[in-house]
Amino acid sequence: MFATIRHWLDTRFDWDDLTAPLRHKTVPTHRLSYWYFLGGITLFLFLIQVLTGILLLLYYRPGANEAFESVQYIMTRVRFGWLIRSIHSWSANLMIFTAFAHMFSVLFLKAYRKPRELTWVSGVLLLFLVMGFGFSGYLLPWNTLAFFATTVGTAIAGQVPIVGKPMMIFLRGGPGVTGATLTRFFGFHVAVLPGIATVLILLHLMLVQLLGMSVPSKLEVQWTADPSLKQEMKFFPNFLLRELMAWYLALGVLGVLAALFPWNLGVKADPFASAPAGIKPEWYFLFMFQTLKLIPSKVWFIDGEVLGVLAFGLVGLLWILLPFFESDEPSHVKRWITGIAVFALAYIAGMSVYGLLAK
Amino acid sequence: MTADQLSQSEPARRRVIEILLGGGLLASFASFIYPVLRYLVPPAVADLGGDEVVAAKLTDLKPNSGKIFRFGSRPGLLIMNSDGTYHALSATCTHLGCTVQYRSDLHEIWCPCHNGIYDLNGRNISGPPPRPLDVFDVHLRGDEIVVSRKREA
Repeated sequence: MFATIRHWLDTRFDWDDLTAPLRHKTVPTHRLSYWYFLGGITLFLFLIQVLTGILLLLYYRPGANEAFESVQYIMTRVRFGWLIRSIHSWSANLMIFTAFAHMFSVLFLKAYRKPRELTWVSGVLLLFLVMGFGFSGYLLPWNTLAFFATTVGTAIAGQVPIVGKPMMIFLRGGPGVTGATLTRFFGFHVAVLPGIATVLILLHLMLVQLLGMSVPSKLEVQWTADPSLKQEMKFFPNFLLRELMAWYLALGVLGVLAALFPWNLGVKADPFASAPAGIKPEWYFLFMFQTLKLIPSKVWFIDGEVLGVLAFGLVGLLWILLPFFESDEPSHVKRWITGIAVFALAYIAGMSVYGLLAK
Repeated sequence: MTADQLSQSEPARRRVIEILLGGGLLASFASFIYPVLRYLVPPAVADLGGDEVVAAKLTDLKPNSGKIFRFGSRPGLLIMNSDGTYHALSATCTHLGCTVQYRSDLHEIWCPCHNGIYDLNGRNISGPPPRPLDVFDVHLRGDEIVVSRKREA
């Protein structure tokens, strides 16, 4: 029967030709091949987010008077609602972690080099997008922590000279964080961001498909000099099956975390209550938050926070453009870029831990 | 066991491994799907209100008129006849669940969705309704009209 269906498709769409790239695609094998799994795991966690997100939409109600109660309803009344929400929260955090890990693996393996500059650009944009998902989704349960995290986060965006203030008003849907902000963030989280993410992910995957897998520069030099050294495996089914095993493992980890450490709901947001002590953003914003705290309030004649926000904006932009500073020749890769990568990783990790421990 | 027998049992062993592995995978997938399926079924809404409800005040109704009231989570219909007696029935049409109304011109209960007609005792006398409406007991308590579920004798 499969043969008949295949033949039917083949005579209409040239099925064999369409699937040829998949059959001919290979993945290089070397001792660092394991890092190739991270992008796929991130994609898998994103799919989990889409699925559990749709499930949460069946019961979630946006709005300052209903949001908290509806999440409470999901967690207490709907069967397995606590599990679905917990998986959504855990998967979000794991996805941001694997996205960061994927980015640094690409950086250290120098996979962003020619011809894969645009793969890097789309990937960094996706990372920013994923952080936007995290920021907007965090507000949706409308609890105290989320309320103040959003107040502080949008106020930081408001520090940008000239465009900051209008941007903050746009994000908040008014001068302060209110039910209007919740409505907007809900729209961003379930419609705007998923739309952009879908397009970017398709582009990212298409580029990966088109350009094939990158090989570390040293290995690339060796393999070009002596092609007989080249080692690779078929993508389908060899690599795909391994990838699926990694996905299965990720799902197991996710299930254990969600079941043993279910996500808290917290206390309903009260715009007229004081902020609780020791308030902190989610861990993936902590390194920026901590940096802003450390900058003196006045540096020369510029406001410290403004300087910090501008610096992060500039670094973010340069980060997107990083591949364009790299040499096109695999034998002449720039050492200083690796140096910057090491520094960035150490900085993010160090500042995050510092922020976590700081009072 | 000779070497020959060993090689013959090889496919059988492989089959056992495959069944164990495949069965394990299927079982784990079932454990992923089951919570999702249970999640999709909305929790039952608690039927608040119990068996008895104050449907109206004595002054609310004029003779030959009807009023919709809440009976738990569903609507009920209270009718005051021309002679001052009361009827109370479920207001949910037995055909496709629309809410029925009292027609003072016909002295009958009418469902506007598909022109179903019931008499004052809830019997389906015309149109598509397949069953009579549930009839409730009515009694007066002070100036309140109290409606309760019929107790089966």
